[in-house]
Amino acid sequence: MVLFMAGLGCCVLGVVAATVISLERRVIVVTLVGSVGCLLTFTAASQVLVSGRAESFHSSLVLPLAGINLTLDPLGALFVAMTSFVGVATLVYCVGYARGELRSRSALSLLLVFLMSLLVVPAASSVVTLMFFWELMALSSMLLIMVEQRRRVETRVAAQWYGAMTQLGAASILLGLLLLSTKGGQTFGDIRSHVAALSPTLRSFAFVLTLIGFASKAGAVPFHVWLPKAHPEAPSPVSALMSSAMVAMGVYGIVRVGNDLLGGGTLWWWIIVVALGVVSALFGALHAVTSVDLKRLLAYSTIDILGLVLIGVGCSGALAASGHPRTAHLALIGALLLVVSHAAFKGCLFLGVGAIERATGSRSLDHLGGLIRRIPISTALFVVGALSIVAVPAFSGFTSEWLLLQGLLHGFVGKSSPTLIMLLVGVVALALTGGLTAVAFVKVIGIGFLGQARSTAAASAHEVPRTMQIGMGILCIPCVVLGVAPGIVIPLLNRAIQTGHSSSVSRPVETGIGLSLVHLRGAIEPMLLLAGFVVIVAVIAGANSIRRRPARKVEAWRGGGDRPTARMQYTATSYAEPLQRVFADVLRPEIDVEVTHAVESHYYEQSLSYESRVGDAIERLAYQPAIRAVTRVGLAARRIQNGSVHRYLAFGFIALLIILVVLA
Amino acid sequence: MSTSRYRRGSILRSLFSKARTEPAAAMPDIVPGIGLRGSLQLRHVDVGSCNGCEIEIASAFAPTYDASRFGARLVASPRHADGVLVTGVVTRNMAGALERTLDALPQPSVVVACGDCAVNGGIFREAYGVEATLDSFVNVDVRIPGCPPHPEAITQALRSLTGR
Repeated sequence: MVLFMAGLGCCVLGVVAATVISLERRVIVVTLVGSVGCLLTFTAASQVLVSGRAESFHSSLVLPLAGINLTLDPLGALFVAMTSFVGVATLVYCVGYARGELRSRSALSLLLVFLMSLLVVPAASSVVTLMFFWELMALSSMLLIMVEQRRRVETRVAAQWYGAMTQLGAASILLGLLLLSTKGGQTFGDIRSHVAALSPTLRSFAFVLTLIGFASKAGAVPFHVWLPKAHPEAPSPVSALMSSAMVAMGVYGIVRVGNDLLGGGTLWWWIIVVALGVVSALFGALHAVTSVDLKRLLAYSTIDILGLVLIGVGCSGALAASGHPRTAHLALIGALLLVVSHAAFKGCLFLGVGAIERATGSRSLDHLGGLIRRIPISTALFVVGALSIVAVPAFSGFTSEWLLLQGLLHGFVGKSSPTLIMLLVGVVALALTGGLTAVAFVKVIGIGFLGQARSTAAASAHEVPRTMQIGMGILCIPCVVLGVAPGIVIPLLNRAIQTGHSSSVSRPVETGIGLSLVHLRGAIEPMLLLAGFVVIVAVIAGANSIRRRPARKVEAWRGGGDRPTARMQYTATSYAEPLQRVFADVLRPEIDVEVTHAVESHYYEQSLSYESRVGDAIERLAYQPAIRAVTRVGLAARRIQNGSVHRYLAFGFIALLIILVVLA
Repeated sequence: MSTSRYRRGSILRSLFSKARTEPAAAMPDIVPGIGLRGSLQLRHVDVGSCNGCEIEIASAFAPTYDASRFGARLVASPRHADGVLVTGVVTRNMAGALERTLDALPQPSVVVACGDCAVNGGIFREAYGVEATLDSFVNVDVRIPGCPPHPEAITQALRSLTGR
């Protein structure tokens, strides 16, 4: 705990440093201090994960009245370790990335405040501490989204959406946690000991309320609308932190409240979670396929991966509720491993997009192309992240989705029918989402990095500073390590999930270099897979080099046409068009075709313009009407509150008269 | 050479009547030194033909002579082809196209010159728009003389490559 507090202290020191140090050395000092802090918290969290012993800290000095309660138990430590890892990578990246507004005192200190609150949230062990740092996390990230608000007005709209959604979510969480702490104290220990005394209805209420709040933080559809707005507008390091660490806090909250504080709960709770997960996974994946803006695409793919995580968490809860702890643990391990690997690959991808933006000045796929030749190192690092997210074997996404799938598939034997249907839907959603994610990232790599440059900026892109590459590289390490040798983190995950379920099955997954399931048929050795792959490639390459004719270089055959130009290539939109057509009912694309006819004859067109946009259908159909209704109510209220002092005096006078009459 | 076997009659009768495809002629000598046997995919390039050869090629591949039954086939791109079937004398406007088509052929490939113009320039040899003879561009493997060559001659020449 000393190390953890020292790490947090470093973050505070970094905030101070950001405000006092002069511009030339500010970035380097702040990131250095912050990185040291993250390394300390990482060490502290790893110790807890390895030893399995929770450590606590209480101080009544920091927050008035309630004080702060911190407990680093294995579940929280997993998220702390993950956040600190991403934190280090992001801060290193910042050294090269920070320019303009991001180097200002406010932005840098906010960045460290954000990082610190992210580190404290999973360690918080009382309602007040959790909510305080939860709000700090929300507010600091909201301000960080607006860092570039002078240059880009869209950031303000994004921050507005984010602020509104996160505050509604926080209110919901607060209400839920307050319901839980009605019987006793507000620390998590008190809640655990008193929760049995609460009525089932109250518990369900509390779970649903916290679920709404946490799910909105985890970007679950239909509470996701802030996410594809906020992630793209924030500076890349902030997007990376938000997408890999902050969004994971939603999952942490659900696991903490549902599994730990409430101790499991009933089946229908978890059916809701799975339903949220399935809808978000498919909705996110479909939008990721059709997005053209890279960051928006990544934001939607965050929704889709977090949806898969929610499927895992929900199925695990349902299996535990119907008395199958072993498969429940398996699914939960899969879900948590997916959260961890998502943090790594999504962080890497967001930082990669930052690098692309730095190199070309654009993040729209329709302005990119041919980047693999201009920025080869950044491309390679981005591709590692992309391979990981599409779950290619020997990368982290594959191992985690494999474990998740095993958890779902092994749950099939002899269950009650709601669980069975749920598992089935979960498996299908997992499969379909995996396919759609693959399409989305084939699009990103194919359109963005291969082919010819679609703009002069992309054609003259320059490789980004070394520190940015190192930052991305740090996040590529877990992508590969968790993929090749997942066995090394499984014991830690085994420990992390013990916190929740009281009926403990010690180890659902055997440790080794690969994975093998205990008491269930299923094992995988990614190392062997990788070795086999390398051997096959080597054999094919060797065979080719033996009987290869001398290469002949001729011009590409173009069937008598002109030399192909960059405009003749597939675009991001055209690549996704067939899928967009198939899923038009879900995506609801808006298509405008405008034809201007020639004056002489109606049969000739003078000009023709075509525009297609894929907006967020849920935002349009659910949120916009709600916003309009609120606006209408507000406008109606202005009739009463019109700013005239005389009228207010009249109101007061009439109220006084009424009171007097009533009392008389 | 045979006369047309086309008879007037009902569709029903035509279903049961004998096939009207020419019976295969004697097997020609196989062109040596070409690594292609059994099947031959050809890209037809008209580098300045009067279209006489094209009509004969069309009838060589039509049901009566049906060169396809011997393994020869015309394809739409040199990328799909084993060789080219050149007709006409190489004109100035088509010389570049011919060169690009030859470049686009996967190796090894064959070049078939169809008709007198392609074989040696024919009657257009000295004409003003003519660039050169086909031989100065590329090594011709099979020559089909005639102005225009008979469909059976074309079929036989292709058989000498496919060996069927």
